[in-house]
Amino acid sequence: MESILKDRQNQVLTKGIDSHELSCDKSSLAGSVSQRACVFCGSRVVLYPIADALHLVHGPIGCAAYTWDIRGALSSGPQIHRLSFSTDIKEEQVVFGGEKTLKKALIELIDAYNPKAAFVYSTCIVDLIGDDVESVCKSVTKTTGVEVITVQAPGFAGTKKDGYKVACDALMKLVGSKGTNETIPNSINIIGDFNLAGELYLLRDYYEKMGVHIVATITGDGRVDDIRQAHKAALNIVQCSGSMSNLAVQMEKKYQIPNMRVSYFGIEDMSDALYGVARFFDNKDMMDKAIELVKTEVSDLLPKLEFYKKALKGKKAAIYVGGAFKAISLIKALRMIGVKTVVVGSQTGNKEDYLTMKNLSDEGTILVDDTNPLELTQLVKRTNADILIGGVKERPIAYKLGLGFCDHNHERKLALAGYEGMLNFAKEIYGTAMSPVFQFTKNK
Amino acid sequence: METLKEIKSKEFTSTRNACKVCTPLGASVVYKGIEGCVPLIHGSQGCATYIRRYLISHYKEPVDIASTNFTEETAIFGGEKNLFIAIKNVTKQYNPKIIGIATTCLSEVIGDDMRKIIHRYKTENEGDTNLPELVFVNTPSFMGTHINGFHDTILSLVKAFATHKKTTQSVNIFPGFLSPADLQLLKEIFADVAINPIMVPDYSDILDNEYTGEYEKLPKGGTTIKELQETGSAKASIEFGYILNKSNAKSQTAAEFLEADFGVPRINFNIPIGINATDAFFSELEKLTNTKTPEKYTKQRGKLVDAYVDGHKYVFGKKAVVYGEEDFVIAMISFLEEIGIETVLCASGGDSGLLKNVIQEKIKPRKTINIHDNFDFEEIATVCKELKPDILIGNSKGYYIARELGIPLARVGFPIHDRLGGSRIKHIGYEGTQQLFDTIANTLIQQMQENSPVGYKYM
Repeated sequence: MESILKDRQNQVLTKGIDSHELSCDKSSLAGSVSQRACVFCGSRVVLYPIADALHLVHGPIGCAAYTWDIRGALSSGPQIHRLSFSTDIKEEQVVFGGEKTLKKALIELIDAYNPKAAFVYSTCIVDLIGDDVESVCKSVTKTTGVEVITVQAPGFAGTKKDGYKVACDALMKLVGSKGTNETIPNSINIIGDFNLAGELYLLRDYYEKMGVHIVATITGDGRVDDIRQAHKAALNIVQCSGSMSNLAVQMEKKYQIPNMRVSYFGIEDMSDALYGVARFFDNKDMMDKAIELVKTEVSDLLPKLEFYKKALKGKKAAIYVGGAFKAISLIKALRMIGVKTVVVGSQTGNKEDYLTMKNLSDEGTILVDDTNPLELTQLVKRTNADILIGGVKERPIAYKLGLGFCDHNHERKLALAGYEGMLNFAKEIYGTAMSPVFQFTKNK
Repeated sequence: METLKEIKSKEFTSTRNACKVCTPLGASVVYKGIEGCVPLIHGSQGCATYIRRYLISHYKEPVDIASTNFTEETAIFGGEKNLFIAIKNVTKQYNPKIIGIATTCLSEVIGDDMRKIIHRYKTENEGDTNLPELVFVNTPSFMGTHINGFHDTILSLVKAFATHKKTTQSVNIFPGFLSPADLQLLKEIFADVAINPIMVPDYSDILDNEYTGEYEKLPKGGTTIKELQETGSAKASIEFGYILNKSNAKSQTAAEFLEADFGVPRINFNIPIGINATDAFFSELEKLTNTKTPEKYTKQRGKLVDAYVDGHKYVFGKKAVVYGEEDFVIAMISFLEEIGIETVLCASGGDSGLLKNVIQEKIKPRKTINIHDNFDFEEIATVCKELKPDILIGNSKGYYIARELGIPLARVGFPIHDRLGGSRIKHIGYEGTQQLFDTIANTLIQQMQENSPVGYKYM
């Protein structure tokens, strides 16, 4: 395996062949073209969908410019989150400090945009030049009455995953700051769905049909005041465990709210996510409604999927996505439409995730953590995959090798979660696996 | 222009929806235009990943950029160790001819001395036959924009390699930040006038690659190291753009350096967009070759004039807002002036401080234009609301303004993140101008047609 760097060899394994445990949770190797980003990125993607908050990036222009409207996280109301604000610091601030600039910027923006709260992302060099961001935030909170929260996210202070933790810490400052401590019966917070392509609207609809009360959606279609009251929920359901399980853990500790890991991709996992909630509340009416809902949706969906399953039978897919929990769901969802997973990996999976992945996978499937383009190219070629599922940075890998591609990341425009999403997913895979353009990529 | 004063009084300290990106992005694009080169960004992992994502979304091509992946330890003790590991790993994986290193705000603030570090690496690895060439550029993102990074990197490359031997018949061409299709056009022009060009950078193929069925580690094409060496012996340098990296007193362009240190005469003019600017370009080529412009181009010019005449009524007097890099907007205005489109706002995120003067002196617009450098998209949006232009001309990031105000957007320049073919847009020469003219005229015609109560079938 010439193109797998020596220091990365434990981060790749073939089920049934390699006996080592998959190494993960490591900082990326210098010089490896990692598909990961940084701590700042991790915090930014998690907090970004809070639509009525101001998100100000304190640093030079790049960090804000590259994350401008980066996620298709929709809002049913305010759209402040889709604006990119930066203190755009220059040499002068690097030399003399950026606190004054930050303070002025904050006050002006709060005045102009009336946000419910503000997040200030402190980037790489802000720490180094010694800005006391925390005290600026405190003072602006005092002057404006709008809570300003520091997000300590210098890019070098860990991996993207550490950024998730930073975001969860910032959210904890909001949680519990409004309303009584009384728990609302049959209520949940939906954590870790980012409302890409409006997926949250589907989920909200399912749960409401079951008679579940939704307190806060964190952070998809998120609102500051809802998050402030999130401590009143009886249960936290957490998707995208990599990014936000930490918030659930903190809320459990502080407010004794139990949590449940769920996924909304594929029929099996989506249905489990609904049944799980009904089971938790031990509520027969709720369970009956869930059964009814699943029955209606599935009986509508299954015949439609049959067509795709027949057409796609025998196709092989490689999965490389950010979060491991999504990868796990994808293996199942692909199986449902006749597609076999031959490579599966994530940027941020942990030991437990990879164990689940391994158990779920067929013999010969390759598991990989924090891969890079050259490595992924090798893996995809070796396994003769037909389709690659990933994000923007994986797309050219698929296309240059003449493979189909499905965007299962921030930029998707089509809801892939829920039952409706499962059908969309099948259509997506079909549309890329069956496109006649690939006749020209074979036998060059 | 009363309205503009009001807006000015409501200035924001922060940048809101930036009309620029950071310096290492410009460096990365240039390095991608060098044969066998892997860009390596010396900083946090995010810098490389974000820039890759931004460039991939525009070019729809693989853009591998390595990172030295700073950790907390690196930030405290310096980046030397990581840089060494990164160079080793990039060499092992890519076997590049050259590794193009760009610094970041982070490595600059902690004070990594790149010259020394690279020297130590070279000394430690002396005799290693796989050792690639190592070049670096200082690209702290708190100084200038991606365009400064772009031109500073060209200067670094030329400084690192140029030598003077016997003067050759080659001509250096520093085209600036154009599309791969533009660079292809330029190469064609030079071939047709029998000049051997040394184009720096040349990403005409690398960032607009053919399908090969392989994920190419180092896609074919690019300026070679030999060519970089020969820039010092060229007969002349042609440099497009007036502002380039001139945002601080120290800055020097690659062509200026070659003129000062090697006596290579520098010919500088506007990016050739529009007939006037392209005429000037061909007249320089005539002087350099002592031959008349080939018929192919006089014919192209004639056809372009013909198209201007056919379309003049649809564009005349229309009000445009133009935005993008400083040299790009200067060239666009020169073109718009000659077809009778009135630019009501010319905006750039660049902050050289030279934009206004250059436009007044070099382009001499018929009417006064609102010219703003250091401008962001929210400021552009505010002005658009007041001035109600008929068309926006610029990159895809202005789409949200176009959508909100119901004004059409003609997509040109960089980045084009919401359409296919960003790398195939032609802007320069008679041919590129032809494409631009059709795009702009048809965008206006479409808007008129869509707003008409009658779905008419003829223009």
